Amino acid sequence: MDILRKLFPKPRRSTPASAEASVTAPLTDQQISAIMKDTSSHFEMKQLVVGAGQSIGKQREHNEDSLLALTSTISGNSGNVPFGLYIVADGMGGHQYGEVASNAAVRIMAGFILRKLHAYLYSVPSQPMQESLQEVIQSSVVEAHRFVQSEAPGGGTTVTAALVLGEQITLAHVGDSRAYSIYPDGRVEPITRDHSLVKRLEELGHLNRDEAANFPHRNVLIRAVGQGDVIEPDVVTIPFPQPGYLMICSDGLWGVVNDKDIYRAVADAHSLPRACQNLVEAANAAGGPDNISVVLVQLIG
Amino acid sequence: MDGVGFLPINYRWVLIIAVLVHLICLFWGKYSSLNVQSYFNLQNPYWQTIIVRPVQRGQEIKLDTKNITGPISTGDDSASRQQLQPGQTLVDRYNIQAVIGIGGMGSVYRARDLHFPNVVKLVAVKEMINLAPDPLIRQTIVQNFEREANLLATLDHASIPRIYDYFSVDNKSYLVLEFVHGKDLEAVINDTPGFLPEHQIINWAIQLCDVLSFLHAHKPDPIIFRDMKPSNVMIDHNGDVILVDFGIAKTFQTGQKGTMIGTEGYSPPEQYRGEATQLADIYSLGATLHHALTRRDPRLEPPFSFAERPVRRINAAVSSEFEAVINTSLMYNPAERFPSTDAMKDALMAVARKTGALSRIAPAMTAKINAIKPLWSFKCEDEIRGSALLYQGAIYIGCYDNNLYALSAADGEFQWKYPTDGGIVSRPAVYDGNLFFGSEDQRLHVVSTRSGKVVWTYFTEGKIRSSPRIAEGHAFIGSDDQTLHAVNLNSGRASWKFVTDDPIHSTPHVANELVYVGTEGGMMHAIDFRGGLKWRFQAKRAITSSPITNKQALFFASVDGTLYALDAKNGWAIWRFRLDKGSVSSPALAEEFLFIGAADGCIYCVDVRSSKEIWRFRTDNQVSSSPTIYKDSLYCGSVDGFLYCLEYRSGRLRWKFQSEGPITGSPLVFDDIVYIGSADHQVYALFA
Ligand SMILES: Nc1ncnc2c1ncn2[C@@H]1O[C@H](COP(=O)(O)OP(=O)(O)O)[C@@H](O)[C@H]1O
Ligand SMILES: [Mg+2]
Repeated sequence: MDILRKLFPKPRRSTPASAEASVTAPLTDQQISAIMKDTSSHFEMKQLVVGAGQSIGKQREHNEDSLLALTSTISGNSGNVPFGLYIVADGMGGHQYGEVASNAAVRIMAGFILRKLHAYLYSVPSQPMQESLQEVIQSSVVEAHRFVQSEAPGGGTTVTAALVLGEQITLAHVGDSRAYSIYPDGRVEPITRDHSLVKRLEELGHLNRDEAANFPHRNVLIRAVGQGDVIEPDVVTIPFPQPGYLMICSDGLWGVVNDKDIYRAVADAHSLPRACQNLVEAANAAGGPDNISVVLVQLIG
Repeated sequence: MDGVGFLPINYRWVLIIAVLVHLICLFWGKYSSLNVQSYFNLQNPYWQTIIVRPVQRGQEIKLDTKNITGPISTGDDSASRQQLQPGQTLVDRYNIQAVIGIGGMGSVYRARDLHFPNVVKLVAVKEMINLAPDPLIRQTIVQNFEREANLLATLDHASIPRIYDYFSVDNKSYLVLEFVHGKDLEAVINDTPGFLPEHQIINWAIQLCDVLSFLHAHKPDPIIFRDMKPSNVMIDHNGDVILVDFGIAKTFQTGQKGTMIGTEGYSPPEQYRGEATQLADIYSLGATLHHALTRRDPRLEPPFSFAERPVRRINAAVSSEFEAVINTSLMYNPAERFPSTDAMKDALMAVARKTGALSRIAPAMTAKINAIKPLWSFKCEDEIRGSALLYQGAIYIGCYDNNLYALSAADGEFQWKYPTDGGIVSRPAVYDGNLFFGSEDQRLHVVSTRSGKVVWTYFTEGKIRSSPRIAEGHAFIGSDDQTLHAVNLNSGRASWKFVTDDPIHSTPHVANELVYVGTEGGMMHAIDFRGGLKWRFQAKRAITSSPITNKQALFFASVDGTLYALDAKNGWAIWRFRLDKGSVSSPALAEEFLFIGAADGCIYCVDVRSSKEIWRFRTDNQVSSSPTIYKDSLYCGSVDGFLYCLEYRSGRLRWKFQSEGPITGSPLVFDDIVYIGSADHQVYALFA
């Protein structure tokens, strides 16, 4: 019994955070209160809560970003299934095809995924689907890719999409929008890897951090939805950060606001929509060179 | 120079130079040594356009937010307008017959040399259009071209076309060279319906190594080709290779940083820094061979992504040895590539000898296999299909002769055996000094490790092939009676039974306060500790494989040929990975890697988060054994009779040991010793 308990402890919300905290750097009072704020409220039911923010920025004439956030909670004797879909897409291309591409991508993907999951989530009896979540999200990107190619030729878009089901996040990612796990202790950890030339060269050790920061081709993508014959998104499944947040944003945010300020903007806010507003304001305060989109999600309970 | 193909021809010189200048100034400013910079407006935005792909041919779109690299179309109207027409004669000597190639700086023509009136002597005339606006720059370009031509004219090698002449007319420079009757390799690849045969490509690769070695050995300075790619390799009518396009071949002085040039997709990462050594040519040769073997054009793929597209995954007919040579030549880190084209040639020759592409010298491979001597071995009276358990210095293993054996782990000395009335094909478990194991006599036996005497037995109504799992004060075990039994360890009686629709061979797994078990009907069940069903998942065929979990997911394979990852809490499929055939092997986990064997004879390594294949290792028969990870090695048996030890991160073979029968059990490794049973009736202990 005891051995088993040790091996498979009941998930207890408060312990992991403070245990981790004790082995990392000491926390400020503010951080501790942020953790306490997170852990003090214990709900029996799991649910997703979300905030979103968007701005055209200070230097662009068009908004080529699109985002989508959709949250559903089911709880009953058949179980408790938090379900959410969160997508950020950053379009590019001439003739306004950039905005067409990003807008189409988020809608096509969401429509595709919902049609696939509908029968399993919103009907009885409910049972696991045969097709895997990674296959579904991967196909949705292919679907969006085909659509952009035929309806917005020349357009392309990044896509970072998170499908949350239960306590897992299945992510599909193309381009240089990013998903992050943000933890109450101040860690802001990227989940995705940019599909950009600069990142590629950096990963291969051919550019160091400084060289990368000053690299002239920072905006060269090596993969985008709508571009190229075949599209291969990065698809991974990871546990939802608990306690913590999932953040998805376009480079209009991460390109100008550093991790520390991102964490501050999130930790200082009393709600997720306010946190997103803080983030957008921080990006605009830093010059707002590009469109800004951000989605913040928390899994509570 | 295909990289600027879509721009109007008259911008090309400007752009090429502008690009170089920008790259030098902005990208690798600290290495810059050229002083032509000052001639150019550094704010010239053309450098950007150069890597932007116009999405439709002929239509030029400036992307304001992001640029996308990709394939670049060649040919455009203005280029053809500038082209010489058939019938035209250059410098009263070269009568143009046809355009045979369009490149970055102009066209390549087939022409007849009129100085030989009595014979038809064909030559290739390569045109380079010089449109630099600044006369000083233009002059420098012509001087460089002539210096280049002079250098090339001195090269004497069967795989390099002879240079006959060069001259400049107006704003064009011409190089007259030997006409190669044949096709360039890019055309060969595109015009061949399937894959080109390995022996063919190996022979070309060896010739390419020869000519590169010749260039690299050039005195006083080595010549780095820098632009190795299929379209710069001609295959002549004898099937031999000829290297064309020395347009950017530059004499190289060690330590001198050049400019970034070369063709995207084939160039190594360091070439983006302006570094080009012979190791860059080795990389590009590797990229060229990779393209030729896989038909996958690297210009259409993310840069430096060859490692993500192993040759044999696309073209299974290629030998693993040839693939290994290509992998080495394509290492990101130049220091990890072959140190020279001579070394690469040696490696290719070895492959060619082995695969018979060159000659048929038998490989001397067997020596290494027999070098592995077991520490000890022990012979039972029938096949061993199950797996061993180690407990307090003793090995416990079941045999098809109905006995469970206790052997000393140190020397294999027999300690005792315990007879049942049926074959034992599973792995025993131990709890509190007692062994638990099922037998085909339908019973779960509990035997004292000390005395080898029975403590109690528990009856099911079918043969037991599943291994017991001990947790929560219970032994969980499946049986052919289609039932999962939760047997109380104290009372020896069932606390509950969970009845399924099919026999259970899979070993139950306990995690997240759930018991997971698969059935021969292909159903995976998650059952709570009170015996209630939490969720189930239907695979298409039997789940004989025993599931394992990490923090989130449950992993198992099925005879339907799929490796599954399900959300352990709710049974939703997270991903499915296709094996080439079904599997009864149970997965093993290490770091972010999942390992499993399959009936296709392969041992697979798959990334847990993304379900991407990391590597696969092919044995000569089915792999029913389950892999075991110990330190940085993977151990796994195969029906081909071998126990394999692989480096688990790369799948490279460390050693293999041959038993005299199929190995279907799973290895046990402890204290640097591997214990494994074989259908040859023996238990072996080997140094890990
Ligand atoms: N000596 C030659 N004989 C026959 N064909 C040639 C010869 N040289 C080049 N070609 C053809 O012309 C194409 C372009 O020539 P290349 O020298 O590579 O020019 P570029 O610098 O424009 O790439 C080659 O791919 C090949 O098909
Ligand atoms: Mg060429």
